[in-house]
Amino acid sequence: MIKLESLSKHFGKAVVLDGIDLTIEKGEIVVIIGPSGTGKSTLLRCVNFLEQPTAGTMTVGDLTVDVNRASRAEILSMRRRTAFVFQNYALFANKTALQNIAERLLVVDRWPKEKAYQRAREILEQIGLADKADAYPAAMSGGQQQRVGIGRAMATGAEVILFDEPTSSLDPEWVEEVLGLMKQLASERQTMMVVTHEMSFARDVADRVIFIDGGRIVEQGPPSEIFYNPKDPRTKDFLKKILATNPV
Amino acid sequence: MDVLNVDYMLGLVPVLLTYLPLTLQLAGVGMVLALILACLFAVVRVLRIPVLNQLTIVFISFFRGTPLLVQLFLFYYGLPQLVSALTVIDGITATIMGLTMHFSAYMAESIRAAIVGVDRSQTEAALSIGMTNGQLMRRIVLPQATRVALPTLMNYFIDMIKATSLAFTLGVTELMGATQKEAAGSFLYFEAFIVAAIMYWIVVEMLSKLQHYLEIRLNKAYSR
Repeated sequence: MIKLESLSKHFGKAVVLDGIDLTIEKGEIVVIIGPSGTGKSTLLRCVNFLEQPTAGTMTVGDLTVDVNRASRAEILSMRRRTAFVFQNYALFANKTALQNIAERLLVVDRWPKEKAYQRAREILEQIGLADKADAYPAAMSGGQQQRVGIGRAMATGAEVILFDEPTSSLDPEWVEEVLGLMKQLASERQTMMVVTHEMSFARDVADRVIFIDGGRIVEQGPPSEIFYNPKDPRTKDFLKKILATNPV
Repeated sequence: MDVLNVDYMLGLVPVLLTYLPLTLQLAGVGMVLALILACLFAVVRVLRIPVLNQLTIVFISFFRGTPLLVQLFLFYYGLPQLVSALTVIDGITATIMGLTMHFSAYMAESIRAAIVGVDRSQTEAALSIGMTNGQLMRRIVLPQATRVALPTLMNYFIDMIKATSLAFTLGVTELMGATQKEAAGSFLYFEAFIVAAIMYWIVVEMLSKLQHYLEIRLNKAYSR
């Protein structure tokens, strides 16, 4: 379970997150939508402590921290309970697909080599890239790289995987294979927080859709409600604009 | 002026070759120590570790800003005068100290630039899977920075091999010192020094080959 209470993030005077309260159950798939620059990515980055939140408390599993008082060890522990999938894949450029996935197990979890690579091979199998085990990122397509990025997140065994616009950098031809893998994970009830502009994914896969604007949660609910019966005028306005360019 | 005394030159080769190991040892030990020191300096500078950062800046400024020969004389002749216990420093030790500190100052800056040049997303990805700063430096950032810094570092190594010739001013009989002695005995200065020059040249050429091979290896991950 993930619980955020009054989570906020300021960059200087700019308030990017303005008191976010959010509880996500184990196995829940939450999709976050909203206009650009409204703090969606920042929210995910705060949960993984890639950004230091300004105030609030955060719970992941059995660990709760006041973000201001979190020790270095607590921040590390929080990071290890969450996994991140980056928009630009951010695979380790000096490591093969297999090594990218095994890295967490080898270095952080200190598994013996054989066991770590065994597990990494299983994951490569699941993401359909068993034949790319020894390929370096530079030699893979965007879609393949992002699937390895997801595989790397899967290997962490984290409570939640955070997806930060995972298909936004992809050429259109690779989008489906990445969304397909995410759907597969969703069907296995992997807890996920997904920031995306793929409205059809949100509608078909999400348990809950959250609309964020101006650093606040404006509206949330099941996709049927948000997409077909939005209450807030800002939600209506956003959906009208985005569905015009990305029809569901 | 007669033509070159080729017989003398050929005879000199095996004599001078016996001093080549010391030259390579000075450069080899100097390079390893300089690399270690330079990596530490670079990490201190990149992470801006308080106090150490300022000390490092001063250290780099001094050792880049003064001639190597002056530094060697400071270590060999100067330090023992200040602290009598340091008279144990012999010419070889003083040379290695001088080479290490002088070249670590230069190399720290190129390593730092290479580290800063590694894409920020690599660091974030390493943090996201829960690595500590030390782990991400060792496993992700430094290996990628190495590839960028390698050509420059090899240049410094080549420079260092040639700089070992200054050790003869501290009474160390390495390749240059031995050549000097041989030439003074035979008065065949040109022959003696051209043999020494060719020896340095061959060693450096072999290093260039090694560099080429290393670059291909390190670039493996980045080619399609």
